[in-house]
Amino acid sequence: MNVKYMYSFLAVIVLFLIAYVGTEAVGLQWLFGVLIPYVALAVFLVGFIRRVMGWARSAVPFRIPTTCGQQRTLPWIRPNRIDNPSTTGGVIARMFLEIVAFRSLFRNTRMKAKADGRITYQWEIFLWVGALAFHYAFAVVLARHLRFFLEPVPAPIKLLETVDAFFQFGLPVVYLSGVVLLIAVAYLALRRIFIPMVRYISLANDFFPLFLIFGIAFTGILMRYFSKVDILSIKALTMGLVSFSFPDTEVLKAIDGLFYGHLFFVSVLLAYFPFSKLMHMGGIFLSPTRNLPNDTRMHRHVNPWNYPVDVHTYAEYEDDFREKMVEAGLPVDKPLEPAEAEKE
Amino acid sequence: MNDKGKIVTGLVIFAALVTFPFWYNLGKAAPPPEVVLTEKAKAAGECVMPKEEIRTEHMQLLDVWRDTQVRDGQTVYINAKGKAYTMSLSNTCLDCHSNYKDFCDRCHAYASTDPYCWDCHIDNPKEGE
Amino acid sequence: MKDLPKPKDFYSRLMHRPGSTDWMDTPVDIRKGMYCYAANPKSLNILSAPFARDWNPVEEDWKLPENWQQILHEGFKERLERFRSFKVFMDICVRCGACADKCHFFIGTGDPKNMPVLRAELLRSVYRNDFTTFGKILGRVGGARPMTLNVLKEWWYYMFQCSECRRCSVFCPYGIDTAEITIMGRELLNLLGLNIDWIATPVSNCYMTGNHLGIQPHAYKDMLDFFVDDIEEVTGVRVEPSFNRKGADILFITPSGDVFADPGTYTCMGYMMLFHYLREKYGFDITWSTYASEGGNFGFFTSHETMKRLNAKMYAEAKRLGVKWILGGECGHMWRVINQYMDTMNGPADFLEEPVSPITGTKFENAKSTKMVHIAEFTADLIRHGKLELDKSRNNHLKVTYHDSCNPARGMGLLEEPRYVIRNVCNHFYEMPENTIREQTFCCGSGAGLNAGENMELRMAGGLPRANAVKHVHEQHGVNMLACICAIDRAVFPPLMEYWVPEVGVTGLHEMVANALVMPGENKRETDLRGEPLEGMEGDTDE
Repeated sequence: MNVKYMYSFLAVIVLFLIAYVGTEAVGLQWLFGVLIPYVALAVFLVGFIRRVMGWARSAVPFRIPTTCGQQRTLPWIRPNRIDNPSTTGGVIARMFLEIVAFRSLFRNTRMKAKADGRITYQWEIFLWVGALAFHYAFAVVLARHLRFFLEPVPAPIKLLETVDAFFQFGLPVVYLSGVVLLIAVAYLALRRIFIPMVRYISLANDFFPLFLIFGIAFTGILMRYFSKVDILSIKALTMGLVSFSFPDTEVLKAIDGLFYGHLFFVSVLLAYFPFSKLMHMGGIFLSPTRNLPNDTRMHRHVNPWNYPVDVHTYAEYEDDFREKMVEAGLPVDKPLEPAEAEKE
Repeated sequence: MNDKGKIVTGLVIFAALVTFPFWYNLGKAAPPPEVVLTEKAKAAGECVMPKEEIRTEHMQLLDVWRDTQVRDGQTVYINAKGKAYTMSLSNTCLDCHSNYKDFCDRCHAYASTDPYCWDCHIDNPKEGE
Repeated sequence: MKDLPKPKDFYSRLMHRPGSTDWMDTPVDIRKGMYCYAANPKSLNILSAPFARDWNPVEEDWKLPENWQQILHEGFKERLERFRSFKVFMDICVRCGACADKCHFFIGTGDPKNMPVLRAELLRSVYRNDFTTFGKILGRVGGARPMTLNVLKEWWYYMFQCSECRRCSVFCPYGIDTAEITIMGRELLNLLGLNIDWIATPVSNCYMTGNHLGIQPHAYKDMLDFFVDDIEEVTGVRVEPSFNRKGADILFITPSGDVFADPGTYTCMGYMMLFHYLREKYGFDITWSTYASEGGNFGFFTSHETMKRLNAKMYAEAKRLGVKWILGGECGHMWRVINQYMDTMNGPADFLEEPVSPITGTKFENAKSTKMVHIAEFTADLIRHGKLELDKSRNNHLKVTYHDSCNPARGMGLLEEPRYVIRNVCNHFYEMPENTIREQTFCCGSGAGLNAGENMELRMAGGLPRANAVKHVHEQHGVNMLACICAIDRAVFPPLMEYWVPEVGVTGLHEMVANALVMPGENKRETDLRGEPLEGMEGDTDE
């Protein structure tokens, strides 16, 4: 048993129980329904901004893009404008593809050693598919949830719901994004647990968010399709949160503990976000190997903390070797002093 | 290189997106809608299931009704109390709740659900009559 | 080479299995054949580097200063503020593992701590402990660990098992660049005097004499004079290189390895013949320098500051000689430094002119600020404009494949120029498999200062992926020559090929150019620069 994922798994279970028991048995609906979500959101926003501003405060002394294609050079050689950008437009295209299509991960290969000693590198797309499915499904689920926070619900959100329920099966109609999210997050977690090398590099901090998000998706699906909750009271609460006009305690008490578990999971995720690797969401925008053009021979990049250093100057060098240089017929700046030679 | 301006702009956009619901609903309280019961519904005093259950389970019940009637040819539903109902959205549910705009739609709109029941059942609410 | 494991031992390590204990609980084992000797204190003293002393990596006591943890902590903090790359890369890795089997050292050694992600975790674990709230609270569970002597040894061992080739960075979804991590790790180690000698001594040589090998000015000239004789023997033409000449149009700088060690020397002869040809035909005016006689920069493998100290001589010498611009020879990390660091560190080069080829009139727009042009760019332009008379058939005895050196590929994007030159100077050119060339090229396994003799096992393991791809084209197409544009490549590929693919030789680009180049007034060539008979001439040389 690996303690890293067991810790994380237990932590998620405990979190759920805290919220479930806290509301169902103790009656702390205000705490889990109102207070904690506000605190979590504040921690998320302030923490996120502070983290990014912390990165912004660090200097970018050198322009170090990883060049993944032909540079811009002689006019008759076609440069790779996206993977080795020399202009801002190219950088924007590169960053856009990196952020919306995970372009670098798309290149992923898998190394295999054959029995005859040959090593092959095959295109390996599963991680890319899993990652893309996970992020997009999560984004759609998130956007769909706006129906609980906006009144009236805007047409684009409704359209998204219609598209997400395109296949019209199940009742209530099954949203594909929810299912995809659950499968993708399970894949990412199982990959961490069962591929030996990936398990070896994984920390508890890698399992925890996966289990937590799995918990969020799972409780969400449970509420929608299986153990029904009072959707009107829930919207009364969520609308109360975003308009600061809260429903009566009676309404809060009418909502099942399962919902508070779900909400608490989300709150924990929000509060955990700025202190974790999940900050890759903001960090990708600031990665110096991706967001800079490879144009340093064209335009000088300035290092804000560039400081003078000791160098061994030519004059010192010539002093060290003048005699030998003259003897070898190498030109010198300062001739050998004839006085020295004559004195003897 | 000074890119703080760009980073701050990005963060402002991000914060605006995250807090969008707060701006969107600014000053608008949106309590859940009150549904209107028709006189007939009031007179009946009870639904096929208890109020709390019918509120969260009605879509499943209608689904079961539809399948049972269309596939098995049965038309009568006996509820937990032993009372018999005809399995029909139009003839049973909408018989009492004939004000679907003030009854069904209000909650559906609030929760942003768009059941396809109405694709058929609104234009000819009294089929079979 | 005698002590090396057998190829089958290396192959057996390719079945990658993680260790049985968690990596944090696996103490480092500094193994013979895998590590480089400690820096000679004399070399460190020349550079005024801190804590120069005699110490031995395999001994328990590393003779560290009392407050070494504090020095590292403060150094870490300072670098987090100075380098956004470092700070962001410490924070955002998700440990997806995409980088793992991209590293030639991991592929070849199977040591899990050679996975780029774990190499970075070695530093990240300490970062979490020292600089993050969560790490402080959660400790080990949060992936944090305090800085201990064992951790330090682990840093040292694995920071010198990375060649800063950036291949992992191509595949990382966030662009995390292990080269950057290794550069920082080595900077921190250098704060405690923990360099390796194969880096420290070349650096001090370079600082004092202008080149890594410590060749003094008169000896440098002597060596080039030998080449003049050799060239005359093969071609009948006597070339005349000039040195430290004020008022020349262009300054030429190449790695000193080209002047010193086969087969780089043939590449050096190639430059000399090309320059002579251009002078005779077009009045080309170029000078060599004994002061700036090193293109390479082992300072880059030490610290940013040391890199700057060594690099400064290029612009200083160009300014002193009053040249218009600088032409740079074939070298790997030299070009990463020139392309991504030089102008920023030691510029602006406002005393130079925007480079224009005096022969073709081509403006090198892409180098208009740094004012330094790569010789592959320069030669490709000459060939394109039909300025070189070339007899490709003189390279018919070669079946060539091309190795993209890491730094020109992933720190610059110099991919097509050398290929264009190769296609124009030889008839048989075969690419290695797609996932092993261009931006996905595999390191020679000895870059970033790891080309010492004592770590040969590491070098053979690290070079295995590259050698394996060469072996593939050797078996498929009969390739017998591995071309490259890097002096370290030229120094380290011969033993690597000898071990893995003995039938394949190593050449620089301009050696092949010179073989094909029809010099004005030359004798009929019977051999190439190495004295090997040309195709169709095999019998003639004996008569």
